[in-house]
Amino acid sequence: MLCDNCKDRDSVVKLVQIVEGSPKELHLCEKCAAERGVETTVAAPPPELAKLLQNLQQQPLLAGGPASPAARDAVRCTFCSATLGDFRSTGRLGCAHCYGAFEGSLRDLLRRVHGSARHTGTRYEPPRPDALQRAVTLGELRDRLKRAIDSEQFELAADIRDRIRVLE
Amino acid sequence: MNLDLALLPDGGVSWLDASGDHADIVLSTRIRLARNVEGFAFTGRARDGERLRVLSQVRDAAGEVASLAHSVLLRVDELPAADRLLLHERHLVSRELAGLDAQHPVRSGAAVFLGPDVGVMVNEEDHLRLQTLRSGFGLPGAFTAVRQLDQELGSRIPYAFHDEFGFLTACPTNVGTGMRASVLIHLPGLVLTKEMSKVLASLQQMGLTYRGLYGEGSDVVGNFFQISNQTTLGRSEEELLEQLVRVVKTVIEREEDARRLLLRDAGYIIEDKVWRAYGTLRYARSLTFEEAMNYLSGVRLAVGLKLISGLSVYTLNKLLIFSQLAHLGHAEGRALTESEANLARARYVRQTLANEAAAQE
Repeated sequence: MLCDNCKDRDSVVKLVQIVEGSPKELHLCEKCAAERGVETTVAAPPPELAKLLQNLQQQPLLAGGPASPAARDAVRCTFCSATLGDFRSTGRLGCAHCYGAFEGSLRDLLRRVHGSARHTGTRYEPPRPDALQRAVTLGELRDRLKRAIDSEQFELAADIRDRIRVLE
Repeated sequence: MNLDLALLPDGGVSWLDASGDHADIVLSTRIRLARNVEGFAFTGRARDGERLRVLSQVRDAAGEVASLAHSVLLRVDELPAADRLLLHERHLVSRELAGLDAQHPVRSGAAVFLGPDVGVMVNEEDHLRLQTLRSGFGLPGAFTAVRQLDQELGSRIPYAFHDEFGFLTACPTNVGTGMRASVLIHLPGLVLTKEMSKVLASLQQMGLTYRGLYGEGSDVVGNFFQISNQTTLGRSEEELLEQLVRVVKTVIEREEDARRLLLRDAGYIIEDKVWRAYGTLRYARSLTFEEAMNYLSGVRLAVGLKLISGLSVYTLNKLLIFSQLAHLGHAEGRALTESEANLARARYVRQTLANEAAAQE
């Protein structure tokens, strides 16, 4: 509903005034309400993210990707087995690889949230590969295996099991 | 009560000492950087074993990091609820890390490194939350300290980084720089002159946001607003900080103008209001937290306007933190019910103000 005063912005507050004994309702936007001395924003603002996440399902994922909303929700990250549907419902990604798995949807979401989808801050070079090697441990692969089995990703599970065998 | 607060560097409350710039208006400056360790699912999706391995990697690296040389490691997941609340009330850990909400209990591997200047929360929403908290308005110094820690840790632990999206985080609202810089600012003048909603609306137009005393999801109490950058992607850390500094400076000026205006146009009303607040704090026998916060806000305004003398900003800062539930319980050595806490709070505030007054005589 538009603001009764400026007829431009969305109304966020209902002001009930008693005029000559009868109540009169006014729907005002934040700015017009403030001009009348009504504090509208002393509680924390609601997160925009939830609304944007709802729109995610409506957007095409990648050219040639799944067309129906349900199929899009089922797109899965091969590292942590999280789906786009999981992301939509929690607002949290499962792992760093989800950014690659849901790239098309995310780029659009990031533009809406930040006004840009390109990092221009500090660049980062990870430590030398020998240090990186330590991160990929057997234990980590076993965790991934359990997650894949839990989410019935049997093909992925078989692949991870093979990698565990090689390391063992 | 397991937690010995004497173990923490400066008790973890050096940020209360009112030594920073504009300390009467700006309580504190905080910067945090969100980072994740490559090769592990993010905290919320990770299994217990993965979180513990993240913690052990950070512990190994921390031993070699100069910024954390004098830090203390607290295993938050092994602390009782009262101690976790105590750390949260002291602004040293987030509500999420402390596992204070019934639907989000504390996670295995949740820990915090607390140093004199910088710290790291481990297994918060992101694997690592590098942070610094200091007195007054001091964003550039805070950033230098936290960036140093970031470089030292990042050269030992592989962070999840993407060429296009920057530092990868569990929530897409933090991706890019992963930086949230904020100042906790006391704005009674703007609230009383009904200018606050205009200020808040313009903050949002400039890509900044505000929260309550405890950050995300917390209510505004005692006219304390936490102003921070909203976006983290598309602009460099320096650009984000520059804008925040500029805006906060303007907000401070507007607050000072509003206070002058109040004093000029409604001097006796304000004077009456703040002395009533002081009187209530000095003599009340039971105070809820919200009441205490609101009266303390009035007294803080009075000290800023020099209507009340002989009361330090440091004492007022301490009252804000030490009159909270877990702190009162810690002082009494047992858990308090709400009504017991109201009595203990009034007693603590009364004694502190009486001591301060006696010291002046």
